[in-house]
Amino acid sequence: MTQVRVLAGTRKGAFVLTSDAKRDKWSVSGPHFGGWEIYHMKGSPADPNRVYASQNTGWFGQLVQRSDDGGLTWQPVGNDFGYVGDAGTHLWYDGTQRPWEFKRIWHLEPSPADPDVVYAGGEDAALYKSADGGVTWSELTGLRLQDSAPGWQPGAGGLCLHTIILQGSRMFAAISAAGAFRSDDSGATWRPVNRGLHSEGIPDEDAEVGHCVHHVEAHPSRPDTLFMQKHWDVMRSDDGGLSWTEVSGNLPTDFGFPIAVHPHEEETIYVVPITSDSLHYPPDGQLRVWRSRSGGNEWEPLTNGLPQQDCYVNVYRDAMAMDSLDSAGLYFGTTGGQVYASADSGDSWAPIVRDLPAVLSVEVQVVP
Amino acid sequence: MTVAAGSDVRVVLPAHLRTLAGVHGEILVSVSGPLTQRTVVDAIEARFPMLGGTIRDRQTGRRRAFVRFYACEQDLSNEPPDAPLPEEVADAIRAGKEPFLVVGAMAGG
Repeated sequence: MTQVRVLAGTRKGAFVLTSDAKRDKWSVSGPHFGGWEIYHMKGSPADPNRVYASQNTGWFGQLVQRSDDGGLTWQPVGNDFGYVGDAGTHLWYDGTQRPWEFKRIWHLEPSPADPDVVYAGGEDAALYKSADGGVTWSELTGLRLQDSAPGWQPGAGGLCLHTIILQGSRMFAAISAAGAFRSDDSGATWRPVNRGLHSEGIPDEDAEVGHCVHHVEAHPSRPDTLFMQKHWDVMRSDDGGLSWTEVSGNLPTDFGFPIAVHPHEEETIYVVPITSDSLHYPPDGQLRVWRSRSGGNEWEPLTNGLPQQDCYVNVYRDAMAMDSLDSAGLYFGTTGGQVYASADSGDSWAPIVRDLPAVLSVEVQVVP
Repeated sequence: MTVAAGSDVRVVLPAHLRTLAGVHGEILVSVSGPLTQRTVVDAIEARFPMLGGTIRDRQTGRRRAFVRFYACEQDLSNEPPDAPLPEEVADAIRAGKEPFLVVGAMAGG
C-alpha cells in the first residue's frame, strides 16, 4: 500500500509523519535526535528507505545521520566537513576578510540514481559530496574557489549554501548572500548565474554576485526553467539561469523564503509571501500560500483551512515540498510548529501536527 | 608522578553524547601515557568514533566552545590540551576515585 512520508526537521529534533495515499490520517514518529537542530532531512529518490539528516547544535557541532529503514532507526555517519587546502577568506560584515569557517550543513541532496551518493551544502558556503552513503565527504572546491568568492558576504542567516539542484552533469547551487551558481561539469567549475536579478540592498543593484537568493526549484522535465524566491522578488529563468525575469505580478508582497513547483504541471508554482525583510510573518496575520498556474505574474491566494487571523509565523526556505501522487500533495512547516498538508494541490489544507518545535525543513516521499 | 601505561579512566559524558554513543551512565576508557585532555579525549574518540568532532572541532582540533572539561571540582578547560592534568587530579582519576567530566556548558536555549 502506498505510503506518504513527510520528513520534518525542527529546531529541537526530527519528526517522521506518515499516512496512506489519502493523506487525511497521519501518525507521528519522533522526536528523533531530540534537542538537536535538524536543518534538513531528505530521502533518496533511488531508495526511499535511505534517508539522510543534518543534525547540529552549538554545543557539539555537526553530525549527519543515515537511516536505511525509512526513518525508523538511524546511525551517525561522517561529519568531517573540512575545506581543502588553504581555505582563504571571504568578505565580513565590517569590510574585512575573514577565513572560511565550517559551521553546519543546511541542505542534503541525494542523487536521483544512486542512494550512496549525496551532496551537502555547508555554511560557510561549500559544496560537499559523499559517494559512500555519507560516511566520508569531500569538498567540490570549484565553487568556493570561484573568482567571486572572496567577495561573498554572509546574509543574516549566515553564508549558507542552501540549494542544490542536480541535472546530470549540470548542477545549480545557491548561496545567501552571494547568488545562484551553475556548473556544467559535475561540479568541477562554476559560474555565477544572476543576470536579471535586482537587489536594492547592495551597492550595485545589478551586480554579478551579492544577491540574497532564498531558494531555487526546477521541474525535472523542464531543466532550463528555474523558479527563484529571492529576498525580495520572485524570479524565473528559461535558459538555465543565464537570465532571469521577475514574475512577482500581483503578489501582496514578494518577500519570502520557499518556492515549490508542481510535479505534474511545469508552470504551476507556489510561494508563501511574508510581509517584509524586517517583518518575518504573513501580511495581516493571514497565512496564505499563493499559487500561479502560469509560471508567475498571475497569482491566487490559497486559504481554505489555513489560519486567516492572528497568524504570525514564518515558513523557512526548505520547509515546503510536494509529493508526486496523481492528486499532488503540498506540505509546509512553520516557525510556530505546525505542519500543514494539502492533498489537492493547495485547494484545501489541514494541519498534520500543530505543536512541534519551530520547523526548519519539510520534505516528502511517496513510498510504493 | 609515576606514569602508568594504560590507565582506566572513568568519563562522564553529557546526555546528548551518551545518546549518540549509545551508552548509559559513565564510560570507561583506556588512556595510554600521561593523563592530559588530549589523551583522554583521544581515548574517548577511539572507543566511540561517532563522537569525533563533537567534543573537539574537526578542523582545529580545539575543544569546542561550549564544551568544558572538569575533574575533582576543577575546571581544566582552559589549560593547554597537552599539559599533564594536575597531579592530585590525575592520581584521583587513575585510582578511579573521580571521573573526568565532559560537560555541555550552560548556554542558551
